[in-house]
Amino acid sequence: MCLAVPGRVVGIEERNGTSMARVDFGGVVKDVCLAYLPEIEVGEYAIVHVGFAIQRLDEESALATLRLFERIGALDEEFGDAWARAAAESETASEEENR
Amino acid sequence: MKYIDEFQDPELARRLLDEIARTVTRPWAMMEVCGGQTHSIIRHGLDQLLPDTVELIHGPGCPVCVTPLAVIDKALEIASLPDVVFCSFGDMLRVPGSDRDLFRVKGDGGDVRVVYSPLDALRIAQRTPDKQVVFFGVGFETTAPAIAMTVHQAKRLGVRNLSLLVSHVRVPPAIEAVMRSPDCRVQAFLAAGHVCSVMGTSEYPALADTYRVPIVVTGFEPLDILEGIRRAVRQLERGEHHVENAYPRAVSAQGNPVALRVLREVFTTTDRTWRGIGTIPDSGWRLSDAYRDYDAEHRFDITGPAAAEPAVCRSGEVLQGLIKPHECAAFGIICTPRTPLGATMVSSEGACAAYYLYRRLSPPHTEEKASVD
Repeated sequence: MCLAVPGRVVGIEERNGTSMARVDFGGVVKDVCLAYLPEIEVGEYAIVHVGFAIQRLDEESALATLRLFERIGALDEEFGDAWARAAAESETASEEENR
Repeated sequence: MKYIDEFQDPELARRLLDEIARTVTRPWAMMEVCGGQTHSIIRHGLDQLLPDTVELIHGPGCPVCVTPLAVIDKALEIASLPDVVFCSFGDMLRVPGSDRDLFRVKGDGGDVRVVYSPLDALRIAQRTPDKQVVFFGVGFETTAPAIAMTVHQAKRLGVRNLSLLVSHVRVPPAIEAVMRSPDCRVQAFLAAGHVCSVMGTSEYPALADTYRVPIVVTGFEPLDILEGIRRAVRQLERGEHHVENAYPRAVSAQGNPVALRVLREVFTTTDRTWRGIGTIPDSGWRLSDAYRDYDAEHRFDITGPAAAEPAVCRSGEVLQGLIKPHECAAFGIICTPRTPLGATMVSSEGACAAYYLYRRLSPPHTEEKASVD
């Protein structure tokens, strides 16, 4: 949750009176609220945290960070299935307790 | 060799480490505030690559870790109510309350849902008007604006069946609490980069001045952290104590003005209890009076059971940098990421989990140092 991930804005639209973007995080595309970064344009990169763009980022820094996150598995941690992870961990915990 | 080849730019890492080693003439201890930084430091073995004289102390910068047991218990109580959809970020699922966690509540039939963004909770509220939708608002200043905008939009759109269980915390009062501790060994801070992306750096000069402590705004990638350490060491050696921004690509002095405006409209600061540490004055956000109707604690009649943390758990001392995780008797024996006693073990950004995951079971400076060559 602490993680803020850089992504590229691939589309912008108005929804419910709020500017929303489709943002590509190295292959995973998510809806992102642009209320705090209203001036950003398609093609630019932003740091995104829990569905909100909070700051612009240059392309080189963004791509370097995305590569690093991908390598250390942080993208899966951020965008993967939290329930599946919790379930897997709980099952392993039960097995350990039963030993 | 073990670690440095994993860096994005091993040559730059080597140069930063060389400069730190050349600069340092005596022992210094500095605290990284952000849990993401702690995770990165331990994962990449930065503390092992540094000179013995530079010690990194892990700070209270993991919001999941510092959320009090009493608040977790309130979340569990609300999530168990009929006709409630309880929404949370995924990393709160396995944080232990007094007797269970959100994962267990879901297993017992509670409608608990993991969302990526608090706006997802707003959408769920719009689609299920016959249910009360509650979002668990946990996080530092990076997260608080997202929660603030969600409440702001709910009010604007007239959505009445959404409320927030708010347990937001602020970094500067935590830094102050660390400095005021009689046992404090911290001589410099690496401030949390993305907190400053939102807040800017205006809260820090007074702290640096009052406590005569260098504060360097730092990112969380290995090279960012080394650069932050390099600048902190340089200030310490020169006897300086000011605020430096070592993460300018993501942080400006004024922060994000739009986010700050909404944050200050929706929230007001309040005293907040930090798990394992106690109450720190003015260290949290609560919904302002204009948004009181959206406060889950106000909407639901809950008291939360009297909660006591496990006596053996020393996570509070870990969070304040007074002990390292493996100095706790429970570490790795009865307390593991799969059977956590305290939240510093359950959150992947907690110092205990980072030490456990990367097998740092003995003090870093007594282990064989990783080679830079």
